[in-house]
Amino acid sequence: MTAVEKRKKFQGLKAFLSNGKARVGLIIFIFFVLMAIFAPVVSPYNPSDTNFAQLAAPSWRHWLGTTGNGEDVLSQLIWGSRTSLTVGMLAGVLTTVVAVLIGMYPGYRGGWIDNVLDTITSIFMVIPSMPLIIVIASYIHSSGPYVIVFVIGFTGWAGGARTLRSQTLTYRNRDFIIAAKLSGASELGILLGEILPNMLSLIIHVLMGGIIGGIMSEAFLEFLGLGNSSVISWGTMMYWADAGGAMLMGAWWWLLPGGLAIAVVGMSMALMNYGIDQVTNPRLNTTPKEKVRKSSKSGGVEVVKP
Amino acid sequence: MRYFIQRLGFFVLSLMAAISINFFLPRLMPGNPAEAMIARYQGRLSPMALHSLELQFGVSNQPLWQQFLSYLNNTFHGNFGLSITYYPVPVMNVIANSLPWTLGLAGTATVIATVVGVFLGVLAAWHRGGVIDSILPLVTTFTSSIPYQWMALLLLYVFGFTLGWFPTAHSYSTILMPAWNGPFIVNVLYHAILPAATLIITAIGGWLFGMRNNMINILGEDYVVFAEAKGVKDKRLMLTYAARNAMLPSLTGFGMALGFVVGGAVLVENIFSYPGVGYQLVAAVQNEDYPLMQGLFLIISFAVLLANFIVEMLYGRLDPRVRKGGANS
Repeated sequence: MTAVEKRKKFQGLKAFLSNGKARVGLIIFIFFVLMAIFAPVVSPYNPSDTNFAQLAAPSWRHWLGTTGNGEDVLSQLIWGSRTSLTVGMLAGVLTTVVAVLIGMYPGYRGGWIDNVLDTITSIFMVIPSMPLIIVIASYIHSSGPYVIVFVIGFTGWAGGARTLRSQTLTYRNRDFIIAAKLSGASELGILLGEILPNMLSLIIHVLMGGIIGGIMSEAFLEFLGLGNSSVISWGTMMYWADAGGAMLMGAWWWLLPGGLAIAVVGMSMALMNYGIDQVTNPRLNTTPKEKVRKSSKSGGVEVVKP
Repeated sequence: MRYFIQRLGFFVLSLMAAISINFFLPRLMPGNPAEAMIARYQGRLSPMALHSLELQFGVSNQPLWQQFLSYLNNTFHGNFGLSITYYPVPVMNVIANSLPWTLGLAGTATVIATVVGVFLGVLAAWHRGGVIDSILPLVTTFTSSIPYQWMALLLLYVFGFTLGWFPTAHSYSTILMPAWNGPFIVNVLYHAILPAATLIITAIGGWLFGMRNNMINILGEDYVVFAEAKGVKDKRLMLTYAARNAMLPSLTGFGMALGFVVGGAVLVENIFSYPGVGYQLVAAVQNEDYPLMQGLFLIISFAVLLANFIVEMLYGRLDPRVRKGGANS
């Protein structure tokens, strides 16, 4: 990697961090990751301990109250982040790898492989994935969290593959690719050395979409009772709260935390995406310099003014 | 015409893919789960029903291609076998009773979410940097990150149980007889408000966001700047010049968006005990009622694929470049 490339990359990172939304998103995400890593340290109780008063409202002893079985909700939330984030990240990485393989390589190669894989991608994009996930999960009995990762990886790659393919197509005939070809670089070398670095921000975009998709899908399956309900995750928390009649007993502290945590992590991903959009699509910038559009609204073509 | 045939071909192809998934999945799974189910129902179902189950799930000595052909034949005749949960009701009848509810709920919710989301996206892009643009995307960023089940539980808890404003379950009051009259229709709408609101709130953000970004790109195009320079009125510029073109890319994502709404409908119907296909699908899975599950998966896929096909036809009408094959380059 040349010095120029390095600086460019660093600039991208700087642009990303200069976006307030992206910074907030990153901080939230890091917070949850730390929570998952240090679960044994920060969790006040054992999440499976059922020795507490049942359905106790939030108090100093139990910040988020207790469940119908007498477990501490906060401890479950903290330990649940481990399963949910791990499944989400693994599923995200898996879908991204599949998306890169199925989207990028054929997009670069072209020809019949591209046609076939592109058609398959289109098909997977329109076949409703959630019902498909349900069907697959129901055939695989005893689906623990890691089986779920594969199910999600199998069903969730299409959108990412489509995005990556269309971007790869725009690179195929660029001068620097042709130059690399003429200098004798191998196909794989061009793909990994020339195209991939240019698409890094887009790949991260796909990865983050995959992670939140994975977390959501895990919660989806667990909530419907199609996962392993003895594992503690944000999805099973909602499952048990719903099955245990938290609603009828007005135990909002049991019903809401699991889903809220998912929503906040999802939001942190979306916020970071703002920052990535900023890097990849300068038109979306709303920094003063770029506000030409707004000023031109008052009439005239002020766009060209210095 | 070429466009039409191409899209029709894709529709048929994707439908075949859904059917093949349905056919091959149980046969690929280790230990054929359907076989276990059939063994369990030995003696509880009539021999004829068992035999048809065996044919459907490949517990037979016929070669695979023959099984596939007879499976195709059955599928095209709407013959999905008998439901085990509702034995001996044919799967087709269960589908016929539940599909209208889902079509009504998810269909209406999708249309409302699309229209409102696109409109708000146009507004946000137009007033870029303004109050609407800084608040709306943030709010919808949060709402679109919310899992469907959480939104549904929250609405149900607040407006159903705590405040008691809306019914907490089912698609109509059990004291009413289904009929095409005023009170019944009002009752059905009343029951649909919370489930539909869940789907709308969680889906709106995606439309808004996509539309806003497309719109901002279009607003930077030369033809818009030129129209502005020649003095086209703001409203006309916003709606006729920019929004119409910005809407096109949003439409192409419709198929996927619909898939998400269907996924949401599965959860929402279960939480509100709404008797649609999603509710039946989960019930079928829990009862290991594989014939019903397969039939439901196929009909859900069919509905989504058909809707996607219709949108593509519409897209072809709206964007001549696609129809004439000029936009692919």
